[in-house]
Amino acid sequence: MERERQSLRSWRGRGDRPEGEFDPAELSAKANAIRRHALAMIYRAGSGHPGGSLSAADILAYLYWRELRFRVDDPAWEDRDRFVLSKGHACPALYAVAAQVGLLSHSALSGFRCLGSPLQGHPHLGSTPWVEASTGSLGQGFSAAIGMALGLRFLGRKARVYVMVGDGELQEGEIWEGAMLAGHRKLDNLCLIIDYNKMQSDDLNENVVGLEPLRRKWEAFNWSAQEIDGHDFRAIAKALEWARRNPGAPSVIIAHTVKGKGVSFMEGSPAWHGSVKLRREEAMQALCELGASGAEIEELIDEK
Amino acid sequence: MRSNAAARSPLLIGTGGDSLREAFGRALVELAERYPRFVVFDADVAGGTGTHHFRRAYPERFFQFGIAEQNMLAAAAGFATTGLTPIVTTFAVFALRALEQIRLSIAYPGLDVKIVASHPGLDVGPDGASAQALEDLAAFRAIPQMTVISPADPFEVRLATEAILRHKGPVYMRTGRSPARAVFAGADRPLAEYPRSFEIGRGCVLRRGGDVTIVACGVEVARALDAAEILEGEGINATVVDMATLKPLDRSLLLECAERTGCFVTAEDHNVMGGLGGAVAEALTEAHPCPVEFIGVRDTFGQSGEPADLAEAYGLTGPFIAAAARRAIARKRGV
Repeated sequence: MERERQSLRSWRGRGDRPEGEFDPAELSAKANAIRRHALAMIYRAGSGHPGGSLSAADILAYLYWRELRFRVDDPAWEDRDRFVLSKGHACPALYAVAAQVGLLSHSALSGFRCLGSPLQGHPHLGSTPWVEASTGSLGQGFSAAIGMALGLRFLGRKARVYVMVGDGELQEGEIWEGAMLAGHRKLDNLCLIIDYNKMQSDDLNENVVGLEPLRRKWEAFNWSAQEIDGHDFRAIAKALEWARRNPGAPSVIIAHTVKGKGVSFMEGSPAWHGSVKLRREEAMQALCELGASGAEIEELIDEK
Repeated sequence: MRSNAAARSPLLIGTGGDSLREAFGRALVELAERYPRFVVFDADVAGGTGTHHFRRAYPERFFQFGIAEQNMLAAAAGFATTGLTPIVTTFAVFALRALEQIRLSIAYPGLDVKIVASHPGLDVGPDGASAQALEDLAAFRAIPQMTVISPADPFEVRLATEAILRHKGPVYMRTGRSPARAVFAGADRPLAEYPRSFEIGRGCVLRRGGDVTIVACGVEVARALDAAEILEGEGINATVVDMATLKPLDRSLLLECAERTGCFVTAEDHNVMGGLGGAVAEALTEAHPCPVEFIGVRDTFGQSGEPADLAEAYGLTGPFIAAAARRAIARKRGV
């Protein structure tokens, strides 16, 4: 762990992207730690959105550990890659990964959703400067990312912009306004990741307002599209690399994921999308299924 | 058959003359070299907002978003985080369409985005109620961290345009569609030679009188001066304030006027609810309660018509303001 932190410091200090092979099992362990912290935050806060935090955790782990170029000690570094969590309700997972890579202290996580804490119920640029946009109203983070990509291109900066949206979010008209513009402007410094867990607050997407044929929709808007298993780290790596080497068009990665991933009683149930109050025994079972030891469960659940 | 391009190109309405929007568009061109960090965002209404001047002079600094205001406003927020200042231009009703994007993406993090909207109020004229924004000042005032400005004439628009570029943080500014009457002299001189600078948050006293204060913004400032002329003929002396900044409001000037005149009329091309009248009433109720009469559109939608006829029909002209001043004075005297 200590050695890992030191190597992290050296490439994060320069704002590099780590090169070479990686061990998917190691990233999987990090992602499950993100899930554990996210659920513990939601349990302690007495509210928050578990389903979409769990489905996004693997992609977030890959992005922050392998893909994004940023400097832990200089979040305002002008050439950093930007990541926008447009599905802002999944911020427990974002805060957890930020603590893991050192953008936040782990102790700050206990303030989630509490009065006076920087960790708002939805991400806020004003209180957490490493967050790139204030989100929580669906569709807006996607547009903000488009604005960042336009601004960076105007300034001649090489930085890339990554944005994650939820599937239900695609029902917002603003998404398609932005999709049309980014395609028209050939914004190839922009990479969209759709956390396609097939569910939204009320029900399955297909029972609310269906999204399919999703890939063809994006291609019709002049985007380059790939579909992957959003829990397969090698597939995530390949898709992000493809997006970086895809000139002349914005890229979209349609990541098929499982809502509530990793927790048996949450997987496949839209009931765990919305802001919920986790019971103590539910939190304990979930943490246990995500690989927490008895001592860690105690610490996560009782931390104040 | 030979085509005759000149004969076929339609005559554009309102792009000539001294409208506030044209003055704004020309000011952007004048300011572009001195303020190299700003760019202009447009949603297919450059001909209507005055920014066609800027597009012609600085095409690389002009961003066309198509007819998609929600995306444009939230994109402006992201764009501003790269250290540039987007001036987002549209019609006032379409800015309202993206109000939630403005609230969350721009105002909440306090980003440096300037929203400049033409086509406010009944001044829009024949396009009718669908295009006449009578709610924008109220809506934007209610957003925390938002500065709200409505200049009186082309001269003041040019000064205010520079002032908002010097100001850090989100601003909503109204221009205007129709040719506007001059309130200030010297509008034909280049910007640098103007003797007066525009200060955000400071009202401008145009006339001093001890009987009543008329506080106005936008096109109503010229009409407030008409009212002061009418009243002078009756031996009534009015103070006229051009309150171009609605937020933050110049409370100290209002207090000074309250002590001197003891009663007010507010005048705006906007619903009487929540705009300038609301702002003045809030401030006076708290600090110096006194009679206030409100001139504005009385919580109804507009309709098609020429701006001058609409102003008459909805009670926004000088004689209506003068009548309101008489009522305010009578209330002050307890008559």
